Amino acid sequence: MKKENFIWAAAKIGLLGGVISIFLTLIGMVEVFDKRDVVEKIITLGMFLPVAVSFTAGFLASKRTSDLFGENKILFNLLSGLIAGLFTGLLLMFLVMFGTSVNLRAVFLNASPTLFKLLTFGKESGGETLLVLYGAVIGLIGGGFHLLPTMIRRPLTRAIFFLIFMALFSGLFRVVMINQGESASKLAKYLFGQTGMTLNGALIFFFGVVLVSVLWDSQGQKVQTRVATMPKSGQLTLRVLVILLIAYIALGLPLVSGPFIAQVIVIISLYILMGLGLNITLGFAGLLDLGFVAFYAIGAYTVGLLTSYGPFGLQHVSFWIAVPIAVLVAMMFGAILGLPVLGVRGDYLAIATLGFGEIVRLLAGSDFLAKFFGGPQGVIGIQKPCLGILEAFVKTDVPRVCGGIELAKPQDIYYLAVVSAILIAFIAWRLRESRLGRAWMAIREDEDVAEALGINLVQTKLLAYMLGAAFAGLGGAIFTVLVGSIFASSMQLIVSINVVALIIVGGMGSIPGVIVGAITLIGLPELLREVSEFRFLLYGTTLIIMMLAKPEGLWPSQSAKRELHHADADNVAAETA
Amino acid sequence: MAPILVAKKVTKRFGGLVAVNSVDFEIPEKSIVSIIGPNGAGKTTFFNCITGFGKIDEGSISFEGTDIHRMRPDQITRLGISRTYQNIRLFADMTALENILVGQHVFLHAPWYSAVLGTPNVRNEEKNALAEAQRLLNFVDLKGKGDMLARNLPYGAQRRLEIARALATKPKLLLLDEPSAGMNPRESEDLTAFIRRLRDELGITILLIEHHMRVVMGISEHITVLDYGEKIAEGTPVQIQTNPRVIEAYLGRGAATEGMENAHERFNKKAG
Repeated sequence: MKKENFIWAAAKIGLLGGVISIFLTLIGMVEVFDKRDVVEKIITLGMFLPVAVSFTAGFLASKRTSDLFGENKILFNLLSGLIAGLFTGLLLMFLVMFGTSVNLRAVFLNASPTLFKLLTFGKESGGETLLVLYGAVIGLIGGGFHLLPTMIRRPLTRAIFFLIFMALFSGLFRVVMINQGESASKLAKYLFGQTGMTLNGALIFFFGVVLVSVLWDSQGQKVQTRVATMPKSGQLTLRVLVILLIAYIALGLPLVSGPFIAQVIVIISLYILMGLGLNITLGFAGLLDLGFVAFYAIGAYTVGLLTSYGPFGLQHVSFWIAVPIAVLVAMMFGAILGLPVLGVRGDYLAIATLGFGEIVRLLAGSDFLAKFFGGPQGVIGIQKPCLGILEAFVKTDVPRVCGGIELAKPQDIYYLAVVSAILIAFIAWRLRESRLGRAWMAIREDEDVAEALGINLVQTKLLAYMLGAAFAGLGGAIFTVLVGSIFASSMQLIVSINVVALIIVGGMGSIPGVIVGAITLIGLPELLREVSEFRFLLYGTTLIIMMLAKPEGLWPSQSAKRELHHADADNVAAETA
Repeated sequence: MAPILVAKKVTKRFGGLVAVNSVDFEIPEKSIVSIIGPNGAGKTTFFNCITGFGKIDEGSISFEGTDIHRMRPDQITRLGISRTYQNIRLFADMTALENILVGQHVFLHAPWYSAVLGTPNVRNEEKNALAEAQRLLNFVDLKGKGDMLARNLPYGAQRRLEIARALATKPKLLLLDEPSAGMNPRESEDLTAFIRRLRDELGITILLIEHHMRVVMGISEHITVLDYGEKIAEGTPVQIQTNPRVIEAYLGRGAATEGMENAHERFNKKAG
């Protein structure tokens, strides 16, 4: 086979990079992100995108060149990086030239003069050439970056990623730190500007991460062996300390973060709750349920109707009585809906349950049942949970007085959700270690054989389905008191999809995976409001990249790790044998 | 001895194809019985009929006097019939021990809420199950391999683990589908001895499908021959070896007229 010419390979990579740049530009990402700084007055997140593309193209081209030659040839590597970067710049230049002479806005809404001005660095003429030149230079740097030894490259990569991370969350850190008192507030203003890091902050973070990273690379091994050779009690203490630290941050964060972030954290915790529930159905038993939102809605409506002081309140019991009822009702519906479809396998089950989700939403929002569920107007006036004695029902539209602590703020509901999540995680963990957990795993692996070993398929699957439904109902119940009202329109299919996606991203069947998945998929888009416009684009991209690069999830369970890395497992087996 | 399993006029069709055609079949208690026949003769289909994988179209199957042909596979297993598979079907990503523990599912009764609470009953049950699983693991010579993933076990060990898993359901009748497939003569011999042990030590009735004639002839007390879904012969190994219809089924028409002496030789050669 004739080897590919490295120049041609670099050009191809460059063209691909250029297409990606054009895409990001035309969908408006560059322009929207331009409002956010990575480093104040130096580089915005918007400009960072094409830079990152050119850099990556240069890096990949250089890597490809090394692959083609089987070794690093410094000159050729640099040349290929230059070429790749050049092409990304060229394509962008063509876009600018084309866009400024022809009006593209009929098709591409974002191809505005502002955008082109942005891309040509605000220059009247010569901006396009500058674009190509920058592209080539950045590509060259990218190409050169590949030539650096790993020891230098790795800390730098980490530092760059950390900078992006800090830039994205600078708002969050700023708010939290400013609430911490005088000195922290001063520090916050030193490190973070209004929309990004200050130059000083960026430099501190950059060199900080490089330093830590270098230290870890040289000393990390030693630390790990130290920990591994520590006595059992020492390891335990260490673990407890880490858990305590995480708990401290998790529990303390909403108190110092202000209402907006507290709200986001509550949403995350609710998704964790539901994720843990679906994890039993999907992660343990392998039943793909796309109608999870149905049980969420059932839980929400049950609590709503039982506690509301609004016109649809059927009963006026306290939240603490309504919740177990809601869980039981959701479980019951799980059984009713589950029985007819659990004989159905795999993909068909997903479609059948998808139908349930929609049916429940449409029925709840329908005029036909508006007498009971309020139709599109929804159920309002839901009493907040009260720790203490709740006043008896007085009259419609008047909230009852709580003689004790009323859990009214998002932060309060957050703690409620955390307690529930811990409870569910515990239940899930115990179940997984029991005969049922094994039966579910067996069903997931081979349904026929499981049945031939005496496992009653319908009963066992139904239990998984019902438990999942129960926890979804609990999630719905807590959501209801958080918002204080229920609208059928909020019970969208996307809720079900979110829960499935966060389990897959986090790691099927893994309990910590659910938490990591909820934070990444639900928390990040909520926090990064600029991103929210491109939420589904990023969502889809993330899922595809995850499936290609890390199909077992971010924090996989042991068994998933085994399944997806047979080669590794075989090696381990060979070593232990 | 009284038959443990009686099949009467069992017929199973797949669309127009009659896979098993009106087969009468009995297994005496505590015997070792084989079903043989050329490829596609309906042996595995017959197995599936007994274990409830496929509902039979006509006839009846009863186990210790109970009709089982309308039951689900898990109900049949509870009555005391267990099986292995032609192409090993272990839970590949579970450990050897977990595989056996799944087999004990029938005997574990803790409801989910006591599993959550971790009541002493549950813990006791789990402890006993684990001990029993360990015992079975030792019984099939897999001591110390309990924590290995089923997929990482060598082929012969996987076969044995599958039998251990089947034994975990405490069967009275064990169906082995080509247990010696892919084994060398030495391993086959070990297997033959092992199957005998199952019957002699545990008192389990054995029904096996087998292609290795040495294994079949060496171990079976009774052999049934299927061809194109029909029973064409049954009897002791000696009777089967000399039966002209069997020879014809295996070696093709014409073999029987070649002279019995000659054909017999060829049959044994092929079998060995």
